[in-house]
Amino acid sequence: MTTIQSPQTAETPAANRQVVSSEILPEEQHPSSRIDATDVTCWFGKRKVLERCTLSMEPGEVTALIGPSGCGKSTFLRSLNRMHELVPVAAIAGTIELDGVDIYSEEMSPTEVRSRIGMVFQKPNPFPAMSIADNVLAGLSLSGMSNEDPKALVEQCLRRAGLWAEVSDRLNEGGMSLSGGQQQRLCIARALAVHPDVLLMDEPCSALDPISTRVIEQTIRELCEEITIVIVTHNMQQAQRVSDKCAFFLVESIGDPGRIVEAGPTAQVFENPSDPRTYDYVTGQFG
Amino acid sequence: MSLLDERPVDETPVPEEPVQEPVEEQVPSRPRALVRSERVELLLAVASGLTGSAVMCLLFDWTQPLTFAIWALLLFLGSTYLLARDSQSPIVATDRLITTLVWTSGGIAVSVLLWMLGYVVVKGIGGLNFEYLTSDLSKVGPLDEGGGVFHAIVGTLEQMMIASVLSIPIAILTAVYLHEIRGRLAGIVRFVIDAMSGLPSIVAGLFIYTVWVLQGQGPSGLAAGLALAILMIPTVTRTAEEMLKTIDDGLRESALALGAPQWRSVMQVVLPTARSGLITASILGVARAVGETAPVLLTAFGSSSINWSPFNGPQADLPLYIYQLLRQPNPAQIARAWSGALVLVLLVLILFVLARVIGERGARVRGGSR
Repeated sequence: MTTIQSPQTAETPAANRQVVSSEILPEEQHPSSRIDATDVTCWFGKRKVLERCTLSMEPGEVTALIGPSGCGKSTFLRSLNRMHELVPVAAIAGTIELDGVDIYSEEMSPTEVRSRIGMVFQKPNPFPAMSIADNVLAGLSLSGMSNEDPKALVEQCLRRAGLWAEVSDRLNEGGMSLSGGQQQRLCIARALAVHPDVLLMDEPCSALDPISTRVIEQTIRELCEEITIVIVTHNMQQAQRVSDKCAFFLVESIGDPGRIVEAGPTAQVFENPSDPRTYDYVTGQFG
Repeated sequence: MSLLDERPVDETPVPEEPVQEPVEEQVPSRPRALVRSERVELLLAVASGLTGSAVMCLLFDWTQPLTFAIWALLLFLGSTYLLARDSQSPIVATDRLITTLVWTSGGIAVSVLLWMLGYVVVKGIGGLNFEYLTSDLSKVGPLDEGGGVFHAIVGTLEQMMIASVLSIPIAILTAVYLHEIRGRLAGIVRFVIDAMSGLPSIVAGLFIYTVWVLQGQGPSGLAAGLALAILMIPTVTRTAEEMLKTIDDGLRESALALGAPQWRSVMQVVLPTARSGLITASILGVARAVGETAPVLLTAFGSSSINWSPFNGPQADLPLYIYQLLRQPNPAQIARAWSGALVLVLLVLILFVLARVIGERGARVRGGSR
């Protein structure tokens, strides 16, 4: 196996992506999936927080969800892998199709949806009772999967998350011994170990320093070759750096549900938005 | 240090050292001494408390040590306040008074505990020897020397084992139901558990006495274990629930987001993370039950000879042993009771340390495997 060092990754992302897909991942590679959300409306109890959001997340692309706080981005993201319904009073309408199959239909169970659509949270949260290696493998045992070569899987996932070089000599230490940025990359590795088709990221860098943020952004760009990624971010520059497509969410007046104001290629949303409210937001005149 | 150093804040800081010139060679940094005045004032306050109280004792002809201690404490607190108020300001003085009060309260609590433990040790250590630990009371007449506590140790260990095996799994699963599953009945279950925690221990004993001992089962260690389990369940459940509450919800969400069904998330993530807290909960439950006398009296009846079987026949345990011997009118028996108390304290200590060590080692094995 070729050893990839992170500095090289930083300089020549394109070349390394090739290496990652052809050598590190010989057979695990699977065709990327697409998610089509149609008329998604979400409630918490009687309060409607999201109304008729329609968005397609294309295979192999990074879709960024942007917008001010409280506009329903995270709710939308959590509805994509059925985490929304964990809140007892939550309700949802509309359809969300993963490669043409509605994830809320009887054909799919929540656990199946969640193991195909992974998630990385805002706050890094490795499992404290497990070592670094066990954290990476946690998804397998948690979802009842098995793997013939766990060691290779740990290495592969940590490499893909850009963490291998830093932790390869202390895989048996606790996951909490890492720094915040390392913990977040460990969580990414953990999410990758179950081979999701889609990875959802809810402000993955908001608790991190700029250097860790850059490493994770590089990781995202590398991963999107194989995995469809949806990321919520408050950081306009980050959205521009990592995403191919952008959706702008907005609550128009207090008490209204959030809606998608505009969605399209990132360059277009940022440089030539069709809606004046998008223009105001992305140019920093509001929010 | 002289007392003049007590007033550092009043004037503009008078440089004690010459004003620092921009010298090139670096003097190695040393930590500066801070709040030196507090120590002097503390000594002064202690001194004024003791002397003031002593003077009052002489004047009013008090002889009780406790009276002396209480007045010394009050005068100490008062002079702490006044000294700080004089040298600093009322706000600083209030702060110092409250800090001192908190320290003093902690000190009193700890010293009462140490006093009590010391008392048990002093009273009990004399009778503690190998023979005492390894023999029972079956062949000991009222005035004889010798005899021991072994039968009660066996009884306590067996009954606690039975009670723990019965109650801890039930209690932890109930806590999981209350906090992880949050089932529809959680409110009722919590109410019942709260009501149970207020249950007088003798009622638990009476219950088992009626439904078990009197129903042809007879007295046994098992019956005592059942009664103690009833007492342990609420303590362990509520503490375990509090421990589960401290686990970050993000961990549960992460586990579910990896495609885990809830039971796997609980078994593999939540409970292992709460491990040391759950051990604490179990220890508190054992501590609640190990000192109970009344339920054991009604269910195991007590015995003066060794009964290895917890399933058949009367059995002693340590609190009951102490209780029964202390009521005897002869000094040898009372001395045995004190030694029994010391054995009970030591046994609890050993159990707690063992539980901690096992818990820690288990955690390490888990973390380091694979």
